[in-house]
Amino acid sequence: MTKFMFRTFATTLAVGASLLATQALAKSDITIAMQLEPPHLDPTSAAAQAIDSVVYTNIFEGLTRFMGDGSVVPGLAESWEISDDGTVYTFKLRDGVTFHDGTTMDAEDVKFTLDRATAEDSANAQKALFAGIESVEALDPLTVKVTLSEPNGNFPFNLAWGDAVIVAPDSIENIKTNPIGTGAFSFDNWVQGDSITLNRNPNYWGDQPALETATFKFISDPTAAFAAMMAEDVDVFDNFPAPENLPQFDADPRFQVLVGTTEGETILSTNNKQSPFDDILVRQAVAHAIDRQAIIDGAMFGYGTPIGTHFAPHHPAYVDLTGESAYDPEQAKALLAEAGFENGFETTLHLPPPSYARRGGEIVAAQLAEVGITAEIINVEWAQWLESVFRGKDFGLTIVSHTEPMDIGIYARPDYYFQYESTDFQALMDTLNATTDPDERSRLLGEAQRLISTDYVNGYLFQLAKLGVAKAGVQGLWANAPTAAIDLTQISWSE
Amino acid sequence: MSRNLFLGAFLSSLVVLAALISFVWTPYDYAALSIPEKLQPPNAQHWFGTDHFGRDMFSMIMVGARTSIAVALVAVGIGMALGVPLGLTAAARKGSWLDEVIMRGNDLVFAFPSLVIAILITAVFGAGAINAIIAIGIFNIPVFARITRGAALSLWEREFILAARVSGKGAARISAEHILPNVANLLIVQGTIQFSLGILAEAGLSYVGLGAQPPTPSWGRMLADAQTMVSFAPHLALIPGVAIIVTVLGLNLLGDGLRDWLDPRIRVARA
Repeated sequence: MTKFMFRTFATTLAVGASLLATQALAKSDITIAMQLEPPHLDPTSAAAQAIDSVVYTNIFEGLTRFMGDGSVVPGLAESWEISDDGTVYTFKLRDGVTFHDGTTMDAEDVKFTLDRATAEDSANAQKALFAGIESVEALDPLTVKVTLSEPNGNFPFNLAWGDAVIVAPDSIENIKTNPIGTGAFSFDNWVQGDSITLNRNPNYWGDQPALETATFKFISDPTAAFAAMMAEDVDVFDNFPAPENLPQFDADPRFQVLVGTTEGETILSTNNKQSPFDDILVRQAVAHAIDRQAIIDGAMFGYGTPIGTHFAPHHPAYVDLTGESAYDPEQAKALLAEAGFENGFETTLHLPPPSYARRGGEIVAAQLAEVGITAEIINVEWAQWLESVFRGKDFGLTIVSHTEPMDIGIYARPDYYFQYESTDFQALMDTLNATTDPDERSRLLGEAQRLISTDYVNGYLFQLAKLGVAKAGVQGLWANAPTAAIDLTQISWSE
Repeated sequence: MSRNLFLGAFLSSLVVLAALISFVWTPYDYAALSIPEKLQPPNAQHWFGTDHFGRDMFSMIMVGARTSIAVALVAVGIGMALGVPLGLTAAARKGSWLDEVIMRGNDLVFAFPSLVIAILITAVFGAGAINAIIAIGIFNIPVFARITRGAALSLWEREFILAARVSGKGAARISAEHILPNVANLLIVQGTIQFSLGILAEAGLSYVGLGAQPPTPSWGRMLADAQTMVSFAPHLALIPGVAIIVTVLGLNLLGDGLRDWLDPRIRVARA
């Protein structure tokens, strides 16, 4: 009996000791939930943000990269020199960088990547980033010379995008299902409809990350997201879909809430070629009919910053133009009357699934109804939205968040879905692209913001907030989202 | 009058009354947003509280009753208008190819899970109250056709039908003048039950976003909107939930009570 008791005691001790041991070692795995599953894993051939969230800086790296504060720092390029006329960039690559399959990353891979992006049949979703590239030369294995047709002060910024990450010709064929990059994590497994797992890359050129494995889990339903987080099934929710639940997480000591900024200008996109929105008076009336604060409070439970133009408020060149389109229903009615719509008119309002659109749309419709505009709400799934609104341009109004960084340039594309055609704006963008002086660039960006604001191209609602939820012990998450990314290299567990 | 019948009639008329009154009066404009007043629990100003846009829940429930009743009523109407004549025809031509075609067609519709097909129909033809009505209505047709045929078949064997035939009346006339009045009780009872099922189906469709579109209030969509807010504003889900329960329970009790009340055998026993 005594012996038995002693043994039990000893086992308890041993178990206790091993428990202590595991606790002393910080956790090295993490489960990160996100709302949308990526369609595939090639960031260089699709616009889907979910791809970048999984692969950017984790699996794939570019010549330059974004940091969490939005700054652009050297990535696979150690340094670069710009010729005096601003058209030739000579990149010095890092030595000793290998892809996950063991092959060396060299200047030929960079040339391959950029040539592929600029090719005639390129599937890159952001071809404009590479538009100025005239030629790419590999001078030696660690030196690449890029010649631009005209100076582009934004070029290092462009190369930081997820669409510009370096890929290898050897592994390009299966990149969509088996992505092979140079990053600190390599692709392990993808369970379709459920999760993607990444493992630490032991041969990484930079500092070894604290995490060994990371699992991205896809939870699209806001209610399920809330349940998964509350049950601690996931450690982090990258961008929590239900802002109304954040106060509960905030009050719970098990969790931390990270409220930051995104590059998402949430706008009431207006079909500038469809009657009656081809009349600037009507667009101006719509702008004055909208009460931004009510939309932020009602749809986003207070998270978000009002904007008066298509530009992120946290950017230094931002100009606050919300006053140009202040909420003033009486003025809106007067403008409608002036345009010949005393009795208002009917239009459609297409709403994609996110709550900023569905809830925001209900509020916008109610506000438009106040000034006599009847907007029929049509709820659509993303596939339908892309088909009929984005490609088909068959809509009156729609609400969508433009999450690409610094994307004011889309207003220079007359075939873009809201169909704004202004030669003034296009000329302005050409001048901007040819300008390298930072102060002059800021001034031109300000002018561009003013132009689209006073042309009332779209209804500018608010800048989407990034609403992250994580367990209290998770460190190193990006609070802001300068680009779609979940940078695993910085994440660790406290204790 | 039995207790069931009384309770059922009371609950159902409560809902119908709320729907009818909503045409002329609601405490607030059901579509008027008032963001600063959002998510209030039930209180003296807003008897059922306010929703996440600060809309008055009581007004929304009243107008939502209208939506539910309108959809269910028209859907049952479609089912009856098409199903009853089909059932009568099948019974009159019992055993013929026409009977076979009608009844096998019914089986075909019956074989599909109704809500799934309703979702398919609204997904293909677009979400909205009209398509929801059609989708629910189609599934009411075989219910009424089968009930009518079953009851009519036994009637065709009765002496008074034989007498009518002997007097030279055609099948169509017999069906209309003698069969239909004798199956009417049954149809009223079934209509009440189908009506409650229609309300449930409408709530289900609008819960998945395929019923009446905003800003028209609908109980199912109110429930869906409430989902993420149940933990801190339970009235958002409880109130439309209770409204659906009260309506469906009321109609079922009413149907049950009506069946007992209209059944001649029980009536005789009572006397």
